[in-house]
Amino acid sequence: MKRSTTRELALSVLPPALTFVIVIVLWEGAVRAFAIPKFLVPPPSDVLIATWTERASLGAALLTTAQGAGLGFLLSASLGTSVGLIFSLSRWLERGLYPYALFLQTVPIVAVAPLLVLWFGPGLRAVAVSAFIVSVFPIIANTLAGLRSVDPRLSDLFRLYGAKLGDTVLKLRLPTAIPSMMTGLKVASGLSVIGAIVGEFVAGFSEGNAGLGITVLSAYRQLRTDLLFAAVLLASLLGLLLFALVSSLNTLLLRRLRVPG
Amino acid sequence: MLQDIDLLIEAGSFVALLGPSGCGKSTLLRFISGLDTPAAGSITLSAEDGAQSSARTKLAFVFQDAQLLPWRTVLDNVALPLELQGSSRAQARERARRPLAEVELSDVHERFPDQLSGGMRMRVSIARALVTEPSVLLLDEPFAALDELTRQRLDERLRKLWQTRRMTVIFVTHALAEAAFLAERALVMSRRPGRIVLDHALQLPSERNMDLRTNVDFVTQTALLYRALQQHGALDDAPHVLQGGGV
Repeated sequence: MKRSTTRELALSVLPPALTFVIVIVLWEGAVRAFAIPKFLVPPPSDVLIATWTERASLGAALLTTAQGAGLGFLLSASLGTSVGLIFSLSRWLERGLYPYALFLQTVPIVAVAPLLVLWFGPGLRAVAVSAFIVSVFPIIANTLAGLRSVDPRLSDLFRLYGAKLGDTVLKLRLPTAIPSMMTGLKVASGLSVIGAIVGEFVAGFSEGNAGLGITVLSAYRQLRTDLLFAAVLLASLLGLLLFALVSSLNTLLLRRLRVPG
Repeated sequence: MLQDIDLLIEAGSFVALLGPSGCGKSTLLRFISGLDTPAAGSITLSAEDGAQSSARTKLAFVFQDAQLLPWRTVLDNVALPLELQGSSRAQARERARRPLAEVELSDVHERFPDQLSGGMRMRVSIARALVTEPSVLLLDEPFAALDELTRQRLDERLRKLWQTRRMTVIFVTHALAEAAFLAERALVMSRRPGRIVLDHALQLPSERNMDLRTNVDFVTQTALLYRALQQHGALDDAPHVLQGGGV
């Protein structure tokens, strides 16, 4: 038993780690061998050095972006699941509002970002709203789909015993919907970081707090491509971290609900 | 879908409802339960004291699959109907012990459905139906998905439960032997639109066990039901009978 879990762990960690090492080595070798200008493609060693020397400002930027993305994600998680729940309870509301919820999915966030700055002021709030807009729709859609996926015979059972709406929601529909809701949250976790970075491009600075989006912009203007790479990597890591958090919550809940993952 | 169904089922009887798949026997059961309402006609449930309004709350339904909530333990699954009717959780759990004992599952209270066999899950489902002390128990092909041996054991258990509890049982099945083994009265339905083509009081002893299945009387009674199904073009594998029959 123990041996097989070690094997499984090795199987899930080793191949991607190996890929990583191979890519880094090839990249470093290619940049050096073909003498590619560093402002076009910096070698990984330069990116590593830039990350280390700029660690203070990068760390602060990472924290700022994490705040914006995290706040936006929490906002879309709470509002998205609530809206999904309300839609599931009323066909009328769903028909009336779903197309406009879909609008949030299709609106080009870069184009709307200036509006957000006008409405919410520059800085954290506009960034969080941007992260919210980008990430809320998958949560609404998946919550709704999950709540609708209840086995009709279980609904019959609840109906037969005259269950109150509150009981049906709490004891049947929500537990049934959780796997699907978690799928929505997983998608949204990555999107919220993208939304935050885009928000920062436009909503930028306030009170001296600059996120990774700002780091990317200023590194680009100074042709500090090594720093730009570092910022992009950190932003991806942030998305991964959020995703991992939601994933572990998902595993925990599914085990509790005894639903096969 | 159903046609000219005029039926009086006496309190405390055990009725088997037989017919080919799609004939409307499940629909009839859903009408009786009040889950669906017929387009025309009416169904009246009367309690022994003549009060009709409370009768429907004393009704329980067992579906083809156990239909348990996977995140609830056995005890909590059986307690569910009482919770839905307004009992406190503690009270509901306490009252759930008796029906679980009746289906001999007292030792698995805290297990989850995915830790049980198919037959055990079905017994939990029956215990859940019994927990409200129903006066009418409706079962829609409850054992169809189980293996033959488990099914026969459950048939026997259900028959005993009926004898001790004295409730009305309406059991939908397409298995002839199961109907004959269980019921006091068998109703055979035709293909769609479903009509009742045979209403037969089974002439079998009231004590029924595994031995009965090889008894001549039992075989005769089963054959009688078989002929009714066949004559009315109700057998799935005999479409030519339907063509020529012209009932």
